[in-house]
Amino acid sequence: MATETKKVELDGLDQFRENLDLKLQDKHNENLTTLNLGPTHPATHGIFQNILQMNGEVIVDAVPTIGYIHRAFEKIAERRPFYQITPLTDRMNYCSSPINNMGYHMSVEKLLGIEIPKRAQYIRVIMMELARISDHLICNSILGVDSGAFTGFLYVMQERENIYDIYEEVCGARLTTNMGRIGGMERDLSPKALYLIGEFLKRFPKVWAEFEKMLTRNRIFIDRTTDVGAISAERALSYGFTGPNLRATGVDYDVRVMNPYSSYDDFEFEIPVGSKGDTYDRFLVRNAEVWESLKIIEQAYKNLPEGSYHADAPHYYLPPKQEVYRNMEALIYHFKIVMGEIDAPVGEVYHSVEGGNGELGFYIISDGGRTPYRLHFRRPCFIYYQAYTEMIKGGQLADAILTLSSLNVIAGELDA
Amino acid sequence: MELTNENVLGKIIEQFGEENITDAVNPDGIMTFQTNRQTIHELIKYLRDDKELQISFLTTMCGIHYPEQKDKELCMMYQLHSLRHNYRLRIKVYFPISDPVMPTMTDLYATANWMEREAYDFFGIVFAGHPNLIRILNVEDMEYHPMLKQYPLEDQTREDKVNTFFGR
Repeated sequence: MATETKKVELDGLDQFRENLDLKLQDKHNENLTTLNLGPTHPATHGIFQNILQMNGEVIVDAVPTIGYIHRAFEKIAERRPFYQITPLTDRMNYCSSPINNMGYHMSVEKLLGIEIPKRAQYIRVIMMELARISDHLICNSILGVDSGAFTGFLYVMQERENIYDIYEEVCGARLTTNMGRIGGMERDLSPKALYLIGEFLKRFPKVWAEFEKMLTRNRIFIDRTTDVGAISAERALSYGFTGPNLRATGVDYDVRVMNPYSSYDDFEFEIPVGSKGDTYDRFLVRNAEVWESLKIIEQAYKNLPEGSYHADAPHYYLPPKQEVYRNMEALIYHFKIVMGEIDAPVGEVYHSVEGGNGELGFYIISDGGRTPYRLHFRRPCFIYYQAYTEMIKGGQLADAILTLSSLNVIAGELDA
Repeated sequence: MELTNENVLGKIIEQFGEENITDAVNPDGIMTFQTNRQTIHELIKYLRDDKELQISFLTTMCGIHYPEQKDKELCMMYQLHSLRHNYRLRIKVYFPISDPVMPTMTDLYATANWMEREAYDFFGIVFAGHPNLIRILNVEDMEYHPMLKQYPLEDQTREDKVNTFFGR
């Protein structure tokens, strides 16, 4: 029996192809090759598709397609009580989930008007800076891998394991952490957690110094990354760059300093900036930021204030489990919070934190119900990835891979 | 010049007239006001280019859907930031869902490109003058704009997920 082939009509797809053709210049020029990079390509470290127009090895034009792991977080959030949205946030930038969790918690606390005790703020700072270290560590070591140096990656990966051990001790999870609660931390730092952080502070500087020694003044690495994927400060600002990628161009915008949250103004640290905005500058800025993060953790660890690790907000913060069994009031609050029957006040809030890749913002509109009316995430990756085309044009294919790594685009955050 | 809500609002109203700048409120420390579709492009250009204000960083923009508000069903929110003065500002434009057209900001900010495509993808807001207004996160052949409130999150025809106790 002969099989019939059916022609499938996909209007949208045709439209997409038309747009693609319009975008790719000189499509009839025979010297140009069209190359499909991704979506699943081992060198892109995530699901990114780029359709490249190549002249030999030089990229003439590129059309990025995103949305391969879009999970509709903004829509899902409209049906969930506030506390159930936290696990969505750590699936955005999964290299530094605690920053996402705590940024979200702080936004909700701003909406609810809850004051957080100093101890909880300091614990948050410690966890967020550990997350920043693990984020930058991944980015910089993978940059090494993409330029041919695998050693550093394997070496510092052990330290990421140690950071994940700390997460595990603090919240029970390693990658998608769901760390902390609205109103503070879920539990206090245990003696083991404090010990692990202390050990990390002792051991990590040596490891990071060695990693830096391997790449920073390495002739091959410098030749490979200087002037690759450069962007000027003006263009970067126009593209909405924030975080290390913006600072590499020479603009010292850091949310931790400009709009301090969670007691960041208590700590002494500097904002490292670059000058040219190329891959090498981004590498240096991230390296320097790791040292600054270490400084912050050390200060917070040494001066950890006494006091409660959560705010006194019984309407929003779960009572201790023992109380739930004994105390009627605690039982009622426990039930209401877990079932999501606590209404948030009417309001509109924007709060941003310095995420691993830049200004991570949460815009919440509450109509007084149990869920947000609208929750919009300002995701730095989504905003700066659109500059990628401009940054790789005129460069070579291998440079495009390096540029992608040094931008540290995280697919989860890009697509949300 | 220190930027405060009063003097920024004063300057904007002086430039664009009271009938175009309305409902200034301060919900969370960020001044929020409304304007209309005729003014928004000029306004954002003015804020960017004015030597005193320098509100020249587009932090984010997003669509919002209010199905109950007659002729103001859709809203577009722009949030701007002056890095020089560390001053944030939020602008909202309401318009009917029957005529969901907004001017594009891509000529002022490169970053508006994908943000507007996102608003088009999820809310069906059409940006006049946008160079490449196609869907960005959803599949190309999707026939609706999923963030509109008439589309419930879960398939309401399913019967295996009824939860009569807690209503969800």
